[in-house]
Amino acid sequence: MSAKRLYLYTRFERFWHWAQTLLILVLLVTGFEIHGSYTLLGFEQAFTVHNFCAWTWLVLYAFIVFWMATTGEWKHYVPTFVKMFEVIRFYAVGIFKGEPHPVPKSERVKHNPLQRITYLGLVSLLVPFQIITGFLYYYYNQWPTMGWNWALEPVAVLHTLGAFGFLVFVIVHVYMTTTGHTIGAHIKAMFTGYEELEPHDKSRDEEPRQYHV
Amino acid sequence: MQHTDRRTTPRLFILGASCFLLAVLMVAGQAPRAGASEEGYKTYGAEQARKVSREVKRWITTDHSKHPALQQDFATPEEVTKACLTCHNEAALQVHNTIHWMWIDPADTERKMGKNGLTLNNFCISIHSNQPRCTSCHAGYGFKDASFDFSSQEKVDCLVCHDTTETYKKFPTMAGYPVSEPTPFEKETFLPPNYRVIAGAVGRPDRDNCGNCHFYGGGGDGVKHGDLDSSMLKPSRDLDVHMNAEGANFSCQRCHTTEAHFIAGRSYKQPAYTERTSLIEDDLVKRISCESCHTDKPHMAGHKANDHTDKVACQTCHIPAYARVLPVKMEWDWSQAGKMKEGKPYTVMGDLGRSTYDSKKGSFVWENNVKPEYMWYNGRMNFMLATDTIDPEQVIRLNSVQGSRNDPSARIFPIRVHRGKQPYDSVHKTMAIPHLFGKDDNAYWKTYDWNKALTAGMAAAGLPYSGEYDFVSTEYHYPITHMVAPKEKSLQCGDCHSRDGRLATLAGFYMPGRDGNTPLNTMGWMAVLAALAGVLGHGLLRMVSRRKQD
Repeated sequence: MSAKRLYLYTRFERFWHWAQTLLILVLLVTGFEIHGSYTLLGFEQAFTVHNFCAWTWLVLYAFIVFWMATTGEWKHYVPTFVKMFEVIRFYAVGIFKGEPHPVPKSERVKHNPLQRITYLGLVSLLVPFQIITGFLYYYYNQWPTMGWNWALEPVAVLHTLGAFGFLVFVIVHVYMTTTGHTIGAHIKAMFTGYEELEPHDKSRDEEPRQYHV
Repeated sequence: MQHTDRRTTPRLFILGASCFLLAVLMVAGQAPRAGASEEGYKTYGAEQARKVSREVKRWITTDHSKHPALQQDFATPEEVTKACLTCHNEAALQVHNTIHWMWIDPADTERKMGKNGLTLNNFCISIHSNQPRCTSCHAGYGFKDASFDFSSQEKVDCLVCHDTTETYKKFPTMAGYPVSEPTPFEKETFLPPNYRVIAGAVGRPDRDNCGNCHFYGGGGDGVKHGDLDSSMLKPSRDLDVHMNAEGANFSCQRCHTTEAHFIAGRSYKQPAYTERTSLIEDDLVKRISCESCHTDKPHMAGHKANDHTDKVACQTCHIPAYARVLPVKMEWDWSQAGKMKEGKPYTVMGDLGRSTYDSKKGSFVWENNVKPEYMWYNGRMNFMLATDTIDPEQVIRLNSVQGSRNDPSARIFPIRVHRGKQPYDSVHKTMAIPHLFGKDDNAYWKTYDWNKALTAGMAAAGLPYSGEYDFVSTEYHYPITHMVAPKEKSLQCGDCHSRDGRLATLAGFYMPGRDGNTPLNTMGWMAVLAALAGVLGHGLLRMVSRRKQD
């Protein structure tokens, strides 16, 4: 009956995960203050903190990408449609019936197809999108020297749109952590690095079919 | 495989962490600069400007009291001027070319802009027919009507600007002359000046030489400007960081640099300056703009405020309010003038120590510590003329600042808007000039008859008058540029970058913190709510289903 433990998340992985957590939360809080949604730190303080976090994240992001590339971890983010439907069905139906997860975690399969496409989208689309719109926004005053005659509003709107995207992601992502075999299992794993597998998990014996890469 | 991971990851972790730390340090190096701990930091511009403009010990190589030409008992001020001209033989001709003498904008080729032209204000409206009272501030003697000889050199008043004894005073109603015998006026008694002493002590103009006129414009302390009143004679650091009597103690000319009696500054249509250059770029530049000394990057390197200098005037943040010590007259309603109490004119005192009603002038509103209004301003102003046709349904802008969001030389600028009501010719649809001052029966301040006063005033200005008048609402713009607060008292980012901040109504551009795109916000927050509702519903269903299974 004892649960199997799998060491899935290395120290750097856990570090960048929680560092990003912190950065995203602070960026969201300060960003929406800059946007004028509320007053908390005061505009100047919010602006200073927001930019500090943005720069920090930019550097961290570069290291994450480097780490992904050098360790081969990028393979976990290659999108696949194999079992995608089963996963969707699981979260829509199976989870309420106590069915096992169709794509249990393993060393070779850290993420299910939904996670893969979400994280890949995040890291390759949403983050760069925020970096680019953020840079454009910040260097607004340099636009004329670049010969750009744009209005600020579209850039601000796009950057805010990205922020809403992050906020939605955070809400769903945090909720999804509770869908492990215990409510806190996935969160615990992001601290310890060890993912506990569901006991009596027969599907573990199946050879996962994800890797055709 | 797990083995390999475990050996490489610590190294990677250390590498990653140290780089992250490096990044944090790099960014942290910038962060304090952007923060509030600015104590002790000297901006590059200020330092360089100090080097270039470090107070020079000016010494005057003459003792005027020893000049034989000045050792005489002058009977009239013209004799003093004549004596001055024996040495300074170009001085009067130089003064003749300035607005202080002409009361016409030297840049206006049509000779219409200016007090002695066809411009109007909403204080005492116009000097035409009122010269003896108005011209006590003219740098000349005997400007009592339109026949004044502007080519006369001896009529130039040297002393009003060059008196250092602070005893030289012109009598308010004597067309620019001091009294020749002791004369009481209101609460003060004016004494004849001791010309010999004053002429022997002449020097460079001081703050009170300029202030004697410019602090009391419109007929009293703080009536006209709001950023220039007698509190600027010896201002505290909080009131004016440059002119602070205990601090830098700048004279007016420190910024209003003067060449051959031509004083740098704004006059009607002509901007105070057209080139935004600093002493660092060219140490011969006239010091009239903030940039002259502070450059266009006056804040600490990397501070976002430096990015604002292309669109926001320094004054906007650094003069958070005007009339910070003494009150300023904000509104003047001439239509209320002429009421009597027991058949006599009267005044009512307001709680700011200033009158809120005067039968001669109407009703007033005074305010203290006034937040300016903000407008795009490129240094140029448009002045209405008494010959212009008006639409009395509109608020008449007797002058207005020029510039727009798309004008590269325009900045967001703090503007004092003085509002009033004053007479206009309701048939010809032009503003009307009243004859206010005088002992004759046409003078409004004698008989309180608008029709007589307007007939006489318009005739004196050479303008037609139909005989029918009414009152119209007016506005008058003053760019606020004095009373520069120390940096710790300047506006903060959030004063403008907020929903209902100082720039809440300045339309035409997107400003972070103020403007949100409503469809985007609605969509965004709806998506957030949908996500929350989705996960909550999902979670509830899980709880319910788990209970069923158990």
